[in-house]
Amino acid sequence: MKTTASLPIEFCGIELSSPVINGSGTYDAIASRRIFGDEAFASENFPFAAFVSKTITENPRAGNPPNRIWETPTGMINSIGLPNPGLDGFVEDHLPILAELPVPLIVSVMAETPEGFTRLVERIEETGRASALELNVSCPNVHSGLIVGEQPTETEQLMKHLKGRTELPLIVKLTPNVASPEEVAVAAEAGGADAVSLINTIKATAIDPVSGSPAIGAGSGGLSGPAVRPVALQQVRAIRSRVSIPIIGMGGVTDGESALEFLLAGASLVAVGTENFRDPVAGRRIERELGAELTRRGFDSIGAFCDRPSS
Amino acid sequence: MAPDRPTPPFGRRAVEVREAAADGGYRIFTLVDREGPEPLPGQFYMLCEAPEWSSIEGRPYLPRAISYARSTGREGELLLEFLIDDVGPGTKRLGRLEKGDGCWITGPFGNPFSAPREIAESPAGAILVGGGIGIAPLAAFRRSLISKGFPTRTLLGFRDLEHSGAVESLFGCEEVRLAFEDGSSGHHGYVTDLLELLLERDDPGGAIVYSCGPPAMLEAVKKICASAGVPAELALESPMACGFGACFGCAVPRADGNGYLRLCIDGPVVRSEEIATALVGESG
Repeated sequence: MKTTASLPIEFCGIELSSPVINGSGTYDAIASRRIFGDEAFASENFPFAAFVSKTITENPRAGNPPNRIWETPTGMINSIGLPNPGLDGFVEDHLPILAELPVPLIVSVMAETPEGFTRLVERIEETGRASALELNVSCPNVHSGLIVGEQPTETEQLMKHLKGRTELPLIVKLTPNVASPEEVAVAAEAGGADAVSLINTIKATAIDPVSGSPAIGAGSGGLSGPAVRPVALQQVRAIRSRVSIPIIGMGGVTDGESALEFLLAGASLVAVGTENFRDPVAGRRIERELGAELTRRGFDSIGAFCDRPSS
Repeated sequence: MAPDRPTPPFGRRAVEVREAAADGGYRIFTLVDREGPEPLPGQFYMLCEAPEWSSIEGRPYLPRAISYARSTGREGELLLEFLIDDVGPGTKRLGRLEKGDGCWITGPFGNPFSAPREIAESPAGAILVGGGIGIAPLAAFRRSLISKGFPTRTLLGFRDLEHSGAVESLFGCEEVRLAFEDGSSGHHGYVTDLLELLLERDDPGGAIVYSCGPPAMLEAVKKICASAGVPAELALESPMACGFGACFGCAVPRADGNGYLRLCIDGPVVRSEEIATALVGESG
């Protein structure tokens, strides 16, 4: 007899061994293999059912000056600044290694123009190594000067521009830093998004009591960890009631119970972020605990849970 | 080239505190690691008290990167000694660990100190320069140098006598020169004054400096060694959430202007000419 529920799930046509993945920028699979050895890429050890890359931009980025992180009550503020090797560096140096991952790869991309997004999307699709793309829309559109992900119209236009230019599922990463994330989610769906993921970090800062200045080098950053979980759950629920595309829920997932909260709020997948910093294999533990939580509630599979009468 | 690094277990593990005691102004405790490989001097672990992680107003939420000061025993039952200066929420909790308590660890991580022969063709002697809590990794490295018969001089600096713990237990008293900022003993001033004197008086040819301490001290060591033409390795600290390259938080600017290195995987021990500055934040 099985002791925990079976967790395989389909997401946007991709077969996943469970609904537990990572949040973009919270786990470096390549660094982990360098440090922990090949064991870190073994299918029985890899901590997530799909791997979401750090955000890739067309040109390399060095990232922000230190301090980049600051601990807060049950969380942390980060202002990393998307350091990455650029599209060429990613395709030439990183993708061949990521191709050895035992799970599907979702590549996160960001650009300042729709054309820039197109170049990223098309080049990555060409490699045949990505199963889906996540669009980081927290950057200003250089034409309009507006942050794409903060504007329903900008988001819808970007999606309409990209839709039809790729066969890969497109996931839009939503920011919580707007009055109505629901409106942006609705616009993303109207523009053709295949899924939305939320929440990105919440704008935040901390003051260094010694210097009296912000403790973050860039002045402010984004809050993550269990501190943001209630905000994330509210937004997932609100968006669930407005769109029919799947949701990847994240924000302070630390264990099976908090992962289940996101599923109950309406997410199809849950992403682990800050908890990865405390334990490189947190995803595996959360997956086991989620299986046990579902069993305790009388479900023998994630499918049975999704088909539950009240949902 | 640093020696091959040992491969740490994939995932955090709970270990037990074997001993814990106050030593000078610091706390010194010993963990029993039954799963990890033998670390190399200069490497660090991510530590957080278990099981009541984050229960004082939700902090500490993240583990802290701490270099080990001594490793004894062998794989299967390693005894790892750490020195703690209680300066923030994370170190405060680690400083309260008592014998029998649990602690979460991951590691060992990072670059160790390089052997003198990896730095210079015919090294004549090592000069270790430690400040405050930064004496810990130098204690581990000093034992390794001395066991190989390598000529080693040690200069340690502290604010005052109250913050000068563990010198005797980790270094013994012989051949260690001390500086105190308040003049309470030894040289009245900075440990970097002693380094300058040593490099001026002696022929610095063949000397290699290894240093760990507060950012301002490391920055002074970097400048002194650059003007004396002496190679130096610095063990730095930085706010760091994970220790294994995931968070990108521990950025230190590269000297060549080409972005930042990640201290957890490109350090914590770096050649002084690799970095633009040692003046980076501490984590508490």
